[in-house]
Amino acid sequence: MSSLPAVDPSVPRPPSPGDAAAGDASLTTALAAIAGSSLLRYVVRRVLWGALMLLIVSALTFLIFYAFPSADPAALRAGRQATPELIAHIRQSLGLDRPIYVQYWRFLKGIVLHFDLGYSYQNQASVRAELFSRLPVTISLAVGAFVVWMLVALPVGVISAIRRRSLLDRATMGAALVAISAPVYWLGLLALFLFSQGIGLVHLLPGAGTYTPFSQSPLHWFTSLLLPWFVLAAAFAAFYARMIRGNLIDVMEEDYIRTARAKGLPERAVVLRHGLRSALTPIVTMAGLDIGILLGGAILTETVFNIPGIGRFAYDAIVNSDLPAIQGTVLLGAFFIVVANIVVDILYAFLDPRVRY
Amino acid sequence: MALLELQDLRVRFHTRDGIVNAVDGVSLSVDRSRTLGVVGESGSGKSVTALTVMGLTRFPNAEVEGRVLLDGVDLLSLPGDELRHVRGKRVAMIFQDPLSSLHPLYRIGAQIVEAIRAHEHVSDRAARSRALEALKEVGIPSAAERIDAYPYELSGGMRQRVMIAMALVLDPEILIADEPTTALDVTVQAQILDLIRMLQEEHRTAVMLITHDLGVVAETADEVAVMYAGRVAERGSLAAVLDSPQHPYTWGLLRSMPRAAGEELHPIDGSPPSLIDVPNGCPFHPRCPYAFSVCTTVSPPLVESEPGHADACHLPLARKRAIGRSVRATGAAA
Repeated sequence: MSSLPAVDPSVPRPPSPGDAAAGDASLTTALAAIAGSSLLRYVVRRVLWGALMLLIVSALTFLIFYAFPSADPAALRAGRQATPELIAHIRQSLGLDRPIYVQYWRFLKGIVLHFDLGYSYQNQASVRAELFSRLPVTISLAVGAFVVWMLVALPVGVISAIRRRSLLDRATMGAALVAISAPVYWLGLLALFLFSQGIGLVHLLPGAGTYTPFSQSPLHWFTSLLLPWFVLAAAFAAFYARMIRGNLIDVMEEDYIRTARAKGLPERAVVLRHGLRSALTPIVTMAGLDIGILLGGAILTETVFNIPGIGRFAYDAIVNSDLPAIQGTVLLGAFFIVVANIVVDILYAFLDPRVRY
Repeated sequence: MALLELQDLRVRFHTRDGIVNAVDGVSLSVDRSRTLGVVGESGSGKSVTALTVMGLTRFPNAEVEGRVLLDGVDLLSLPGDELRHVRGKRVAMIFQDPLSSLHPLYRIGAQIVEAIRAHEHVSDRAARSRALEALKEVGIPSAAERIDAYPYELSGGMRQRVMIAMALVLDPEILIADEPTTALDVTVQAQILDLIRMLQEEHRTAVMLITHDLGVVAETADEVAVMYAGRVAERGSLAAVLDSPQHPYTWGLLRSMPRAAGEELHPIDGSPPSLIDVPNGCPFHPRCPYAFSVCTTVSPPLVESEPGHADACHLPLARKRAIGRSVRATGAAA
């Protein structure tokens, strides 16, 4: 009991390895929380479920690909004016003439044994290599957009919550509705039309197809991503601002906010330290999941701005009926979502001490 | 002059359904080392009165009139920043539900430290050792470990002790306790009341105890104010109000109090009026068995019948005294 002071005895908590190594109070509390065998068991269980989920996702992708009409990959690969012999030859070399379960089995074996996602039907390139080379691009886009949307949503949400029904509140919440409703491809084209160098009304920022890797030029990397970040972040920023506003309004009605005021805290501390702290807990959860989803590729944004990321790759794969590539992007997206779910659940226990596994 | 004096306090809320007269001309006072018990049903305006003293009336559209004098300074006319330095430092408050009143995501020690550092420029370390002292003083066992507990890890009584420690750590002149024992088990209630009384004696704190429970008042208060529909119905020393109650509402409260096993209780018929639509005349007349014609038209003023004992009732004094004696004779607590 020395490391976790005053644990409610009614909450069952098996002894954990961290308990034995009691030393510095706060550190061991944190360590005990991590090493707590209940948490460990929970994580193992979640990881196994996640693996099963990925298996199901891969099977479904395979089934859908074969069950629904799609262009013949061999014919696409063979190009125009291909002879039937050439198509048959390609079909055989890609293994497309084998029964579906054999194809699936080969595919699974490749992943499990060699972490091999197969080779693209289109150019025989390794799907794994293709994905990994595009991953930094998509991470740049997703994380940057996240930063933008939180930088917008936090102040807007907080200010409109504490200045409820003010002109500012009404204006920003109205704008938020527009931003949520605007389709990304429309917003993207609008942004290009207004601000992109070359074709925009104001030649402000690099437009489509200008992505530069960070390693080549951090400055160009930054400027080339500014428009995509804002376009991708727009709907998220609006949605999060509304969520933060709503949560904060609810929290500010809580008894403990009254206590914080009764203590004589400055209103700023009441709102930020007491109100926002509670209001943000569910937001963090949502943000984790949204980043997970975006890491799987922002198809529309990447396509509009011609950014060579996972989303763009997925788009091309679908257009070309390139099953291994589709399968790879779907699995990668599912992987990020599964991981984000687990991370968020663990994070929650640190954000809210009442959560137990 | 008393330490805290409320003079003709009025609080109105503008709502969609109309104007709520939550507090309607209340005058009260409490002095150092004394306890004022404010009794009334829910909706009698007692909590709003307390929150108004703190400048914490929740509705942004509250309209407040009258004066709240702390040592002669009107808190209602203080600018927000100065009022903030009164809150917590000179006037502290504890609430009904200690679980929802403590922030669920912060350790109790941190919450007390925060209260100290809101008013005094001391190091985190110094504030923490004072927080620990306060937790010991309110009787939290193994306080050195509990200081890092979260509120959900403590029992209801312990949580209220934490609230009291937080309220009293800066040695305020006035403690406002809004139904501090209502959410607690009966056995714990008595402990908390004892604790408040003990700390009051040590620190010479003035206590304003708000409760619906006349039994709690009988045990702790020096003076009593009985509130009904946002007004004071009767006010006086504990002995005066309990031994010779002079308002029909006080009689009703006394008769509805459980005293001995097997004894029949006499609840007051009807329910308190809506504060949007308070009856004309005496607000209690629809429920009053002694009401007569004038009660329906003229609102009775609060009049002293003897020094320090006042009531707002139209009945002749002799009649009130006679009925009051009989209510007490049926076995009122004291």
